[in-house]
Amino acid sequence: METVEVKGLVKAFDGHLRARRGRSERVLALDGVDLAAEPGEYLVLLGPSGCGKTTLLRTIAGLEQPTEGEVLIGGHVVNGLPPRVRQIAMVFQSYALYPHKTVLDNIVFPLRAEGMERAEREKKAAWAAELLEITPLLRRKPRQLSGGERQRVALARALVRDPAVFLLDEPLSNLDAKMRATARDELKRFQERVGTTTIYVTHDQAEAMGLGDRIAVLEHGRVRQVGTPQEVYDDPADTFVATFIGSPPMNLVKRDDRLVGFRPEHLLPAENVTSERVTMPLRVERMEYLSGDRHVYGTVTGIGEETRVIARLPATVATPLAAGETHEFAVPADRFRFFDAAEGVRTAAVPIGGAS
Amino acid sequence: MTDVKTEAEPVEAGGRRERPKVGLADRDGFLAWVMLLPSVVYIIALVGIPFLLAIAFAFSDVTTGDPSFDFVGFANFGDVFDDRVFWRSLRNTLVFTVISMLLIVVFGKILANILVADFRGKWFVRFLVLLPWTTPVALSTVSWLWFLDSIFSPVDWVLRNVGLIDANVVWLGQPGTAMASVIAVHVWRLTPLAAVIVMAGLIAIPKDLDEAARIDGAGFWRRMFEVTIPLTMPVIAVAALFGAILTFTDMTVPYVLTRGGPTHSTDVLASWAYFRGIEGGDVGQGAAIALFLFPLLLAAAVAILRAVRRLEAR
Repeated sequence: METVEVKGLVKAFDGHLRARRGRSERVLALDGVDLAAEPGEYLVLLGPSGCGKTTLLRTIAGLEQPTEGEVLIGGHVVNGLPPRVRQIAMVFQSYALYPHKTVLDNIVFPLRAEGMERAEREKKAAWAAELLEITPLLRRKPRQLSGGERQRVALARALVRDPAVFLLDEPLSNLDAKMRATARDELKRFQERVGTTTIYVTHDQAEAMGLGDRIAVLEHGRVRQVGTPQEVYDDPADTFVATFIGSPPMNLVKRDDRLVGFRPEHLLPAENVTSERVTMPLRVERMEYLSGDRHVYGTVTGIGEETRVIARLPATVATPLAAGETHEFAVPADRFRFFDAAEGVRTAAVPIGGAS
Repeated sequence: MTDVKTEAEPVEAGGRRERPKVGLADRDGFLAWVMLLPSVVYIIALVGIPFLLAIAFAFSDVTTGDPSFDFVGFANFGDVFDDRVFWRSLRNTLVFTVISMLLIVVFGKILANILVADFRGKWFVRFLVLLPWTTPVALSTVSWLWFLDSIFSPVDWVLRNVGLIDANVVWLGQPGTAMASVIAVHVWRLTPLAAVIVMAGLIAIPKDLDEAARIDGAGFWRRMFEVTIPLTMPVIAVAALFGAILTFTDMTVPYVLTRGGPTHSTDVLASWAYFRGIEGGDVGQGAAIALFLFPLLLAAAVAILRAVRRLEAR
């Protein structure tokens, strides 16, 4: 178990074509990233495509060299060291199994590169195959395996070396929805068993929330927030995190120079909110019935500018609603979050009218 | 307003749908024939007919002096087999082909690695790599002729000044060095083709695999021999077979460089067939010699097609 830390990491890519004409266009994939994964921690890098999360992972792996900043594994600076000596294991999005080798040969490949003796590496491979329940598949070629089996082979190949760090690059994105849920559960239990520090890249917030001990939300090469799934969800640091995480996203209502935010599940018909609350009239426009919940699309007035919002009513709320009606809704007072309208960052609470 | 519109629309749409225009370009069968026709004509006119003619001539006594066709059975083949030069040229052809093919593949693989590498000034290196293939063969062979000249050879001059030899080697004047020269020039010429073919194979390997191997701790040679080469094997096979076929049927390099000499030591089947059939005038014997190329080429073509199919299956 080792710590992984990056300090002031900057990675710039040159726009190749432009550079030749003298107008070099630098794209900052990473723009000053500071991040640390504790020993044994499951850290998830979450962000939309193009936010730099994969570049960050590849820089930690040593597949990319940072333009500025340091990568530390176990307290040692590993900048400039090839991936080989960094004691890392990586699972690629495509799994990158060697198609011409059998499953067994795939798994022992890193051990052969290490120069381990035959008997010992066979034993290690057998142990990893046992752990991931792929023993019957050892003689097959990767193309004869299903997506989930390939993923487990890739994990086994990563596991046999006893790496200091696991780096996983969207390993579930090639699986179908049902497989993904089971594989997610397996991944989590597997990591808990081996206890290796893991950095996991995904754009899927459900994966991030479900797997991560902590989540680092990235956008445009910057870390927007690092925290436990609960912190990131309940106390987003800015409007990007607030709207990126949560489905449907947090409602934001403009009020003077502030944005007033509240989650859709906290916006309920007024009679269902008994605690200290803020009421507001909501004109219902459309409703969706999704896995037991009612998603109510409508426009609220009274707490700020007229804004379209979404309310998520659990099945236990039976209030009859119909499109076109205006109904009194309310949000518990402690569920409001406030952001600066210009900067998007969290600010102190301001009193909102209509509290009762 | 809206009522009128909804009434009018179906009529209009229906009217348009009643007269669909299907052009000739929409008919796949027709298109297939139009596209295939030029190559079919080409193959029949320049490959099929000459091939049948060659078979016919091989059993005839046609010469350039007496073009009348008389069937003579296997007489030409008998004459050819009795000719020691034929066996010599057959052996030369095999030596020439096997050694050239091996060298072409090895150098082609190395050059392909250079072609895919990313470095400053790579466009210039790519240009240099492809130069031998793009230069007309007669032109480049003539400059090689000067390079290997018995008196003015720059190669000899360099070797003499370095102190490796005392007198000029006369590359094209001795059987051993003549064959070596012919092979060297041919390899120089065909390597770029093999390099481009292998490069296509290298590019097709997902980048992930190389990166995975690097993370798994494999060094340059292990990645090369355990990942890259096995994955490009079918493409390398295609390059090797192309090299073999183009060497096997080639007579330009021996013809320009040595004219088959000294004393037939660089005569190959193609050049010997040409000397016998066209320059010597015995068309029948020339055709009989040339026909020996056929079974070997057929085997090579089958092997290429198999390699390609294996490539698709992966």
